[in-house]
Amino acid sequence: MQAVVLDGVGKQYRLGQVDVPALTDIGFEIRAQRFTVLSGPSGSGKTTLLNLIGGIDRPDSGRVLIDGQDLDALDDDALSDFRARRIGFIFQNFNLLPVLTAFENVEYPLLLARVPAAARRERVRELLDAVGLADKAGNLPNQLSGGQRQRVAIARALAARPTLVLADEPTANLDSHTGEAIIALMRRIQREQQATFVFSSHDPAVLAEADDAVHIRDGAITAIERRDGVMA
Amino acid sequence: MNLLPLAARNLLRNRRRSATTLFAMMVGAMAILLFGGYARNINLGLQTGFVQHAGHLQIQHRDYFLFGNGNPAAYGIADYRRIVDLVEHDPVLKPMLKVATPTLSLGGIAGNYAAGVSRTVIGGGVVVADQNRMRQWNDYGFPIVFKPMRLTGTAPDAAVIGTGVARVLQLCGPLAVRHCPTPHVEQASGADLPGDIAALAGEAQAQRAPRQATTIELLAANAHGAPNVARLNVVAAVPQGVKELDDMIVQLHFAAAQKLVYGGDTPKATAVVLQLAHTSQIPAARARLEQLLAQHFPGQPLTVLDYATLNPSYGQIVGMFGAIFGFIALLIGVIVLFTVSNTMSMAVVERTVEIGTLRAIGLRRAGIRRLFVIEGLLLGLAGSIAGVLAALAAAWAINHAGLSWMPPGNVEPVPLTVRVWGEYTMILSTLLGLTLVAGISAWWPARRAARLEIVDALRHV
Repeated sequence: MQAVVLDGVGKQYRLGQVDVPALTDIGFEIRAQRFTVLSGPSGSGKTTLLNLIGGIDRPDSGRVLIDGQDLDALDDDALSDFRARRIGFIFQNFNLLPVLTAFENVEYPLLLARVPAAARRERVRELLDAVGLADKAGNLPNQLSGGQRQRVAIARALAARPTLVLADEPTANLDSHTGEAIIALMRRIQREQQATFVFSSHDPAVLAEADDAVHIRDGAITAIERRDGVMA
Repeated sequence: MNLLPLAARNLLRNRRRSATTLFAMMVGAMAILLFGGYARNINLGLQTGFVQHAGHLQIQHRDYFLFGNGNPAAYGIADYRRIVDLVEHDPVLKPMLKVATPTLSLGGIAGNYAAGVSRTVIGGGVVVADQNRMRQWNDYGFPIVFKPMRLTGTAPDAAVIGTGVARVLQLCGPLAVRHCPTPHVEQASGADLPGDIAALAGEAQAQRAPRQATTIELLAANAHGAPNVARLNVVAAVPQGVKELDDMIVQLHFAAAQKLVYGGDTPKATAVVLQLAHTSQIPAARARLEQLLAQHFPGQPLTVLDYATLNPSYGQIVGMFGAIFGFIALLIGVIVLFTVSNTMSMAVVERTVEIGTLRAIGLRRAGIRRLFVIEGLLLGLAGSIAGVLAALAAAWAINHAGLSWMPPGNVEPVPLTVRVWGEYTMILSTLLGLTLVAGISAWWPARRAARLEIVDALRHV
């Protein structure tokens, strides 16, 4: 079963007077409930691809389908609602809201999804417990370490029970020990929650954990590795 | 999500900037309220003065207000006693009514023939006891002390004149008027009283006490246009505040005025003055009066005028202060607009990555817009509330500082007061107005924030 289908996706950016191609004719599928890594050097187009999959950017050509839904068919509000319900984001810089506590940061997507208060509280406690931060629920982000912040970000990404979780270089700002712990945590949660995780990373430790790896270079896919063999 | 707590916490992030904006708004709100309170005080002070002296409503001959100045006697109301009686006993008007009293206006020439001087005057005959009751009206609680009319307790032929009249008639000495220069002209003798005036006054002279140093003759046309003279004893000269009035006013007892104008004819009044408990009762009282007049005096050309119509200067002064207040409020509104807009623009720039994050996790563009507009509204509300509190404190301090000032037309300084407490409409309007302005000024930065592309916002450094 495919969680994500990319069909002839192209994207270019305008740099001054010049159009710079970021992605060219990308076409592949991401399997559901797998741990997929988009791998490639800096500037290869990983983040751009992740943004298109997450529906926070639109392709210039081609289609992106999430669980069969063509994102291009959704207007901005519908796409926002779709992201709120179906996609979780984990950012390189954690991107927690600094004025909200750990609890409130995790709760926020549930508020957007209009989950009732009691269910919301239960879900947040469950997630903070899962990421080992039950005792830090009342802490503001600046009262947490980098690893703890990223754990809160993971909990937030999972809060609304999305079918797809996207993580853009989630260990890039963490030391190797913390990074490994975070990868292990995400892997565990991915298995427990049967979610589809897609990472962009050039961290070998992340790559080693992947079910599938999509290699990108200069905006094009160079190879797709699956546990059951290389496809392209 | 309930964006209110999030917006409130965002405002507390940059405390110094929020405090600066709040301070600007507070000063703005305070300035609006203090000036508004001062203008309101003037408005109510003027109203109190007019109502104390001329009542809320007057029943007059239909044409008296426009044409009566030339010949007041011709526009008299013969049935004034019945009107007063009717008004005082009407079950609808009675609860509203404080005073119903007749007055008689007249024009004439006042002369101190002992000094060989005379001048044209306007006179008013009043029922002194009623006028004293009227002067105790103080519905707005001004710190004023009731002073009875100088005609109180005086003989029927007593009169009070303006200090200007006293000066011209050379009565300053006998009346002990201060700061009253005397002209360098040759003094005339009592023999200069013209024969015709003497003849007109002869009968009265024969019946009265001998002429005193403060005696004047008041010559007026009676209801038929013929001259008549009353000999009056001036008991006091009272400054009127306005020179034109001070140089012309003569006040006398109502009966004396009637005798001068109507002699042996049916005595009339030029107006029935009604003072109500509260100014807000004017529309109801007026409607009832018009109903009563139409019912009981169908053939008589009577009309009911309110104090604002009778005193056009009231509307002009109130209008002038209203315009100044509006101008100040507009200026402060513009300052608030730019201050809040600048603050919110800076917040948008600083929180660009957060905006991208919120959008990525599913907040719609409208949600971003709402968030920043709510922050603007909260800033406006907090600044306005602080301004209201500051204005109340400042007003209290001013009102208890013992300051006084001399308003135009006044003869004595009045306490300088600023009326903020109790002016709920003004407070609420200022509060809502500035909050709304703050909300509007946040709208443009909010719109810009909402239109950010998510990926650009997330990449923002």
